[in-house]
Amino acid sequence: MGKTIAEKILSSKSGQDAKANDIVIADLDFIMGQDGTSPLAIKAFYEMRGLKVFDPLRIAMVIDHSAPSPLEGVSELHRQMREFAQKQGINFYDIGDGVCHQLLPEQGHVVPGDLVIGADSHTCTYGAINVFSTGVGSTDLAAGIISGKLWFKVPETFKFVLNGKLPPGVFSKDLILYLIGDVTADGATYMAAEYTGETIEELSVEARFTISNMAVEMGAKCGLMAADEKAINWVRKHSRRDFEPVKADPDAVYAKVKEYDVSNLEPQVAKPHTVDNVSPIGEVLGIPVQQGVIGTCTNGRLEDLRIAAQILKGRKIHKNCRLIVAPSSRQVMLEAIKEGVLEILVRAGAAVVTPGCGPCVGTHNGVPSDGENVISTANRNFKGRMGNNRAFIYLGSPATVAASMLTGKITDPREFFV
Amino acid sequence: MDLKGRVHKFGDDINTDYIISGRYKFKTLDMKELAKHVMEDLDPDFYSKVKEGDFIVGGKNFGCGSSREQAPLAIINAGISAVIAKSFARIFYRNCINTGLPLIECDTDRIDEGDELEIDLHKGVLHNSTKGLDIPITPLPGVMLKILSDGGLVEHFKKYGTFKFD
Repeated sequence: MGKTIAEKILSSKSGQDAKANDIVIADLDFIMGQDGTSPLAIKAFYEMRGLKVFDPLRIAMVIDHSAPSPLEGVSELHRQMREFAQKQGINFYDIGDGVCHQLLPEQGHVVPGDLVIGADSHTCTYGAINVFSTGVGSTDLAAGIISGKLWFKVPETFKFVLNGKLPPGVFSKDLILYLIGDVTADGATYMAAEYTGETIEELSVEARFTISNMAVEMGAKCGLMAADEKAINWVRKHSRRDFEPVKADPDAVYAKVKEYDVSNLEPQVAKPHTVDNVSPIGEVLGIPVQQGVIGTCTNGRLEDLRIAAQILKGRKIHKNCRLIVAPSSRQVMLEAIKEGVLEILVRAGAAVVTPGCGPCVGTHNGVPSDGENVISTANRNFKGRMGNNRAFIYLGSPATVAASMLTGKITDPREFFV
Repeated sequence: MDLKGRVHKFGDDINTDYIISGRYKFKTLDMKELAKHVMEDLDPDFYSKVKEGDFIVGGKNFGCGSSREQAPLAIINAGISAVIAKSFARIFYRNCINTGLPLIECDTDRIDEGDELEIDLHKGVLHNSTKGLDIPITPLPGVMLKILSDGGLVEHFKKYGTFKFD
């Protein structure tokens, strides 16, 4: 009987013939923690009587959730992270370097076939380059950096077969929102998602990251894709590590398979207060918005900023709106400066903030006021997510956010792509 | 492990931002302080209503969202002895086991706000004393029972220095 990508990676990393629902202890290729989760992990590391990490080069800590620190208490937690990283000699990314999920692939730490854990739920992002990567909590992170191992229940796989080419003005963000709306927030709980088909092949690697990033919003453990030539070339450009891509067997066993034709897909918007509360844009047109956010681990890459710039070039955002732009890393920011993309956005009225997670996760950098509507490229719209539980968050593509900023209400971006 | 307490009932898809909001969780590692804000966005008086040993009961997909371990830790520090739901999101599930907070998967439709429950984790029995009902529960896999009975993953590592399950 054949195996899925998840079963193959967990078999190779555990040294046993792993099938869905088995429990295995597997070797980890890379481990990541951010500033919301690392301080607790450091505490657990010492409580577990940890002295040295198993391999400093396979570990990274990233300060991105509150970067730079808005509060004294946070500054102290950051200090603990810096001290730990220096003492242990692990990879360390400080404020301004970027969002962890941009940095790990961009800096070449993760490659196809890897098994990776990160103490952040959107660690599933690297599935787009064929990495079995999944989010864990701080104690798992501590156990991982001490032992280089973790226990896993081998997930069953939910396969999404995506046919057709996305129409102009419709992006990978619209596609993943549509899929989450279709299968709901727990549609793939405890499962690995595998995204396949010609739609995926057509997408850039950057656009694919957006899809894998949101796998957790359907409950999935990881959001895997096969590594085609495009993905392999992308990884070679970013990493010097050797790797061997992992493909699903033709006779692999899937818990579920769903097929979609995306050629007529419209822009999609997730409405407050859950990610699976998704509508085609036609049903939300005209809803007033006071704040826009372009950035985050979902949609803060160069391609996303270019799409926004294409719409905002030579225009000004609406007087009732403010637009916050957070490039996903220093490198993305530098490239966007070099290309003139950031200049276009700033001239249009955007406030550019430090690469990081702040505006998405409600720590700082744009907390909305009571009753306000926000349209964001982020991956979550839970009540209170952006720091105010009396605000309303809509999620859409960078194009939808940019177009909506021009009119002050939710706007169909397709008119800019004809 | 015998547990006994009163029910605080919530609905489906209770996410970790509701359990402990990002507004608080990045500020401190003082879990007693964080515990005061547990479930605050759903019920501002929640913390003051909880008596030591009480249960949180949810619907499906309890604990979805972020990987913050502050969620189970804040629940434990609020005095809750177990979380009971139809299903759990997986990172939350792992975090509960790792921090020593028992999880119970069962049909929660016949459990209401204020009901008194008695639970025997090892026998796998949940008794709703208010309604005089026994509700079957899904047993935890061996690996998780082992970590839970060691008192969480920190205690497990203290004891063995690594993962040890046989």
